[in-house]
Amino acid sequence: MILLDEFLARVGAIDRPELIRWIENRWLLPERRDESWVFGEVDIARAELIVEIRREFAVDDDALSLVLGLLDQVYGLRRQMRRLCDALTAQPPEIQDAIRRALPPTRPKRPRR
Amino acid sequence: MAKETPYEVLGVKPGAGAEEIRKAYRKLAKEFHPDLNPGKPAAEARFKQVSAAYDLLSDPEKRARYDRGEIDETGAERAPRGAYRGFAEGAEGWKYHPSGEMDLGDLEDLFAAFGRGRRGGTGGRGFAVRGADRRYSLEIDFVEAAAGGKRRIALSPENWLDVTIPPGIEDGQVLRLKGKGEPGFGGGAAGDALIEVHVMPHPLFRRDGQNIHLELPVSLAEAVLGARVPVPTITGPVMMTIPKGSDTGSQLRLRGKGVRRGKAEAGDQYVTLKVVIGDSGDPELANFIAEWSARHPLDPRRGTGSR
Repeated sequence: MILLDEFLARVGAIDRPELIRWIENRWLLPERRDESWVFGEVDIARAELIVEIRREFAVDDDALSLVLGLLDQVYGLRRQMRRLCDALTAQPPEIQDAIRRALPPTRPKRPRR
Repeated sequence: MAKETPYEVLGVKPGAGAEEIRKAYRKLAKEFHPDLNPGKPAAEARFKQVSAAYDLLSDPEKRARYDRGEIDETGAERAPRGAYRGFAEGAEGWKYHPSGEMDLGDLEDLFAAFGRGRRGGTGGRGFAVRGADRRYSLEIDFVEAAAGGKRRIALSPENWLDVTIPPGIEDGQVLRLKGKGEPGFGGGAAGDALIEVHVMPHPLFRRDGQNIHLELPVSLAEAVLGARVPVPTITGPVMMTIPKGSDTGSQLRLRGKGVRRGKAEAGDQYVTLKVVIGDSGDPELANFIAEWSARHPLDPRRGTGSR
């Protein structure tokens, strides 16, 4: 559990008003506990990612919201895929084989010319 | 405030070659060397920075690691790039899982169905898979789309789908019948039937959202003298009053005779009049018009720039 001042010290690249703006934009979702915000390691990593995206690709706020929205979707899908894969690998081998056989090829074969 | 990169310290571009870096270093080293700048602590500090930058950039391995972001400008290890991914794909990542305005739709359904199938009592060992969706195409006529109705799609002589068409459906809309697709496997839910609706155009009516547009031919007498005439609507003919002195292009509104969609109020039907002269070769009409127009000159094209 990380409080706001420690969060700022660890991320380094942003000041308090900037962080508050990020929270208001819902780029970061700290927990509200009593009268203060509480962050986790995931929020630190996410803040560092935001710093990098803004610095290296010079994206504005609107574009960043779009980028984060898409990233959240991709990671959402990847988490779901991971759940599914975990469930699949927990199955007996014959069921895993049956699933592998039932999977359509990922790329359709090109017609021969 | 961002720290200077070693490239900035040496005043070279990030892609600079080894020789260029060495030259830049030598030039700066001479300039700031403590022995050449006695009593100037700023120069000494700068010299240390320049040496550190050269130390890092002259070592191909260190330079590569710096370029990849693995170490910082002092050579200290840095968290690897993509650290967020480690969190995002783990349990902590659920915190930022899209919800509300973002709809993962089918995929979430699929996992939900999968989850239900697992718990659905196949002993925990089985593997439940939701059945595939089946796609159908259904042609309906204009009035049916506007007013709604029921249709039956025959799949085979003893198997059919009853489809309720909601009023106001639009061309290309897809109706989903839950559980009417392929059966599931291992206790999984059946897929859905997806019915893509194609609305046929109508010879008279045209639709614009909830409103219906119709062009209505009227006689010269009806237009000039006014009349009550029957007008087709999507729910059957109604009587409409044509005001005296109407013209081609006059638009009349039949309130509530458009399309009703859900709980919203029905749209309107707009009737655009089109005056039809009929037998314009009739000598009686021609004589009358010749006399009448001589006394009532009118230039309908005035102001259109046609002269």
